[in-house]
Amino acid sequence: MTRMKGADIIMECLRKEGVEIIFGYPGGANLPMYDALHKYPDIRHVLVRHEQAAAHAADAYARVSGKAGVCWSTSGPGATNLVTGIANAWMDSVPLVCITGQVVSWLLGRDGFQEADITGITIPITKHNTIVLDVEDIAPAIAEAFHIATTGRPGPVLVDIPRDVQQATCEFDYPEKVELAGYQPTVVGHPQQVKKAAQLIAESERPLILAGHGVVIARAAEALREVAEKAQIPVITTLLGIGGFPGSHELYQGMPGMHGMYWNNIAIQEADLVIAAGMRFDDRVTGALKDFAPNARIVHIDVDPAEIGKNVKTMVPIVGDVKNVLQQLATQIAPGRHDAWRQRLADLRRDHPSIAIPETDRLLPQYVIKKIYELSGPKAYYATGVGQHQMWAAQFFWGDNPYSFVTSGGLGTMGFEVPAAIGVQFARPLDTVWAICGDGGFQMTMEELALCTEYELPVKFAIINNNYLGMVRQWQDKFYAGNKQSVRMFQPDFVKLAEAMGITGMRVSDKAQVASSIEAALRHPGAVLLDFQVEDVEDCYPMMPPGVSLSDTIDQPRIEQPDYAR
Amino acid sequence: MSGRVHTIVALVENRPGVLNKIASKWRQRAFNIESLAVGPSEVPGLSRMTFTVDGAAHDIEQVTKQLYKVIEVVKITDVTDQGTVARELALIKVAATKESRSAIIEIVDVFRAKVVDVGPDSLVIETTGTEDKIDAIVAMLTPFGLKELVRTGRVAMVRGGAPTVTAPSADGAGRHHRSAGEGKPKLGSLI
Ligand SMILES: Cc1cc2nc3c(=O)[nH]c(=O)nc-3n(C[C@H](O)[C@H](O)[C@H](O)COP(=O)(O)OP(=O)(O)OC[C@H]3O[C@@H](n4cnc5c(N)ncnc54)[C@H](O)[C@@H]3O)c2cc1C
Ligand SMILES: Cc1ncc(C[n+]2csc(CCOP(=O)(O)OP(=O)(O)O)c2C)c(N)n1
Ligand SMILES: [Mg+2]
Repeated sequence: MTRMKGADIIMECLRKEGVEIIFGYPGGANLPMYDALHKYPDIRHVLVRHEQAAAHAADAYARVSGKAGVCWSTSGPGATNLVTGIANAWMDSVPLVCITGQVVSWLLGRDGFQEADITGITIPITKHNTIVLDVEDIAPAIAEAFHIATTGRPGPVLVDIPRDVQQATCEFDYPEKVELAGYQPTVVGHPQQVKKAAQLIAESERPLILAGHGVVIARAAEALREVAEKAQIPVITTLLGIGGFPGSHELYQGMPGMHGMYWNNIAIQEADLVIAAGMRFDDRVTGALKDFAPNARIVHIDVDPAEIGKNVKTMVPIVGDVKNVLQQLATQIAPGRHDAWRQRLADLRRDHPSIAIPETDRLLPQYVIKKIYELSGPKAYYATGVGQHQMWAAQFFWGDNPYSFVTSGGLGTMGFEVPAAIGVQFARPLDTVWAICGDGGFQMTMEELALCTEYELPVKFAIINNNYLGMVRQWQDKFYAGNKQSVRMFQPDFVKLAEAMGITGMRVSDKAQVASSIEAALRHPGAVLLDFQVEDVEDCYPMMPPGVSLSDTIDQPRIEQPDYAR
Repeated sequence: MSGRVHTIVALVENRPGVLNKIASKWRQRAFNIESLAVGPSEVPGLSRMTFTVDGAAHDIEQVTKQLYKVIEVVKITDVTDQGTVARELALIKVAATKESRSAIIEIVDVFRAKVVDVGPDSLVIETTGTEDKIDAIVAMLTPFGLKELVRTGRVAMVRGGAPTVTAPSADGAGRHHRSAGEGKPKLGSLI
């Protein structure tokens, strides 16, 4: 065994964990780590332009690759800049390992230069965090970090390491096995519970599967499909469950909830059985809880026991990894048909074409997004921002590429789109990656465009430019009597901005140019930014106003008005 | 938060920051911790904590589930509805003159408390018992002039042979790291 510096030990640990890429930014407190980097050419370091982007890129990389994302920063401002990204990963259960440099240990608690109590700050937004005060503890702390981040319900883990600890030396001994008395996730479903669930399925006439992010996280799409097909149960996916079931499948119904399809919200209210697989009954999905799925018995499959009964009363809880549980379930259920129920859903869908795009020559945001999906082929990946464009991106995603839709759900972090798309492109270097951006969100992280030139990333950016903080504008129009405040802002010339960053920019304001510009972007070998000058005031429907039940969802108000006019 | 007082006992790894993490979970759900007692347990490296909190059973269950998610929490149980022995210790400093001293000592005797320090104008009294008993003796002593009061908060233990909360692994200790090359535990690589 050899003696090594703490910083080298950090790198050795990352190598042991099979880390291929670190998103990071240097500063005084993590310079020993940068000093060690060149000795590890197999581990790529990506220099972001703001630490928030390091966390988001690592987050998106993790979602698509299925591995833990790794990011690091210096102490103080570097660490606090990570916070939004960590909170994002926390809310969406994304495995992230964050390593922060810290001031030298003897200055801790004395307001040393660039000291921030980052372990204190991140307690509520990490699955676990720790500060390492002895070089001997670095390897165990990092081994634990990866173990905790990636098992059970995944989440971000932060390891804070003072500079002197990075410089101290000890023998490197990597723990191959981590055992934590207080952490033993249940991963296999209780057979008795699985049997009960199968029984409920057999008794059900109007069953629905509500599939969530857990299905994506567990890579359980195949298992889900097996269950759905065998028992012929229609499948609805939450915003984060998108990509967990093939969009083109005849059993697929799209998204429920606040901006989900009307037919789904009504179906949930009519269902006699809801099988919730790896989803946590977020209020955007359920609407008013007391009126949620009033006719349904509920089976809830979740790896986190704290989710069981948190929001919704469950008849059959099954704690376990959703992939295991669905596989177990598949062996227990009998083949079934639910023709009358499926006919009912088809009728609802026919009568309430929630996501029909109105006929018009104007450039509608939905139209742009739909065209992007149509033209980008079956293997493309998508990262979105937050707002109206995000909801349309979700509504119009009916693709089959599993795990290809990356979005910020729980925290709803504007600015996620740009670094997320970059993270996805690093995970999928050969595939098409679209960033579907809001003009507002884009301006929060557009500094990261430079990475596309520096690292030769062919990301395609589509700014759905409605010249508004559109989602907020819609709320002001609907719920604040049209008092539009602080939702319009000066915009830079995005095309010039792209050029300044070394990538190709194009402005599109005519419906007739949409397809050709998308095709041109797809043909172009490098990064492209398309600034789509869409309709300013276009509301996103369906919409369930805050506080009401799913039954009160307002469907596309214009469906009765084919002569779309405003 | 309304409901009744719950007694929660937790076995936790004795590491820096643990109390902060646990407190954070209660705080996030706006619980007020009525009392908290912490000390070493029978297992080296593990501490036992006793909380009392006021709340509805459903909310308490939710928080204990959340507390379980703190990695250093090895085990946590709401023992409110189990038969428990629950005690609290108090030290009471009360003003005492020549004239009042014997009256105070009479009260101390009635409550089976103890005088543990005698000063020229004060007595320190130690008492152990349920919260009600301590409330009662404090009420009796207050008229003499209460100078200082310190209470430990409740500690609780389930009656009978079964332990209140134990670590799931046989040796009980907090964490193990082995270089045995056995690979990661079969906790399911979920991602
Ligand atoms: C502007 C905006 C509008 C929104 N509108 C909607 C909307 O209309 N409809 C909608 O659906 N969402 C909407 N959302 C998203 C919403 O806020 C939630 O983020 C989302 O519904 C959560 O989805 P989820 O429960 O599937 O995923 P998560 O929140 O990620 O929860 C995943 C669940 O799966 C469990 N899990 C994780 N791994 C496993 C495993 N291996 N095995 C078993 N279980 C596992 C976790 O414990 C957790 O309970 C919106 C968000 C924004 C920003
Ligand atoms: C960091 C952050 N700040 C504020 C919000 C509140 N918010 C939600 S949607 C939205 C508007 C987004 O505007 P834009 O990116 O242009 O997207 P659009 O809704 O117009 O498609 C805002 C401000 C948020 N989600 N995230
Ligand atoms: Mg906008």
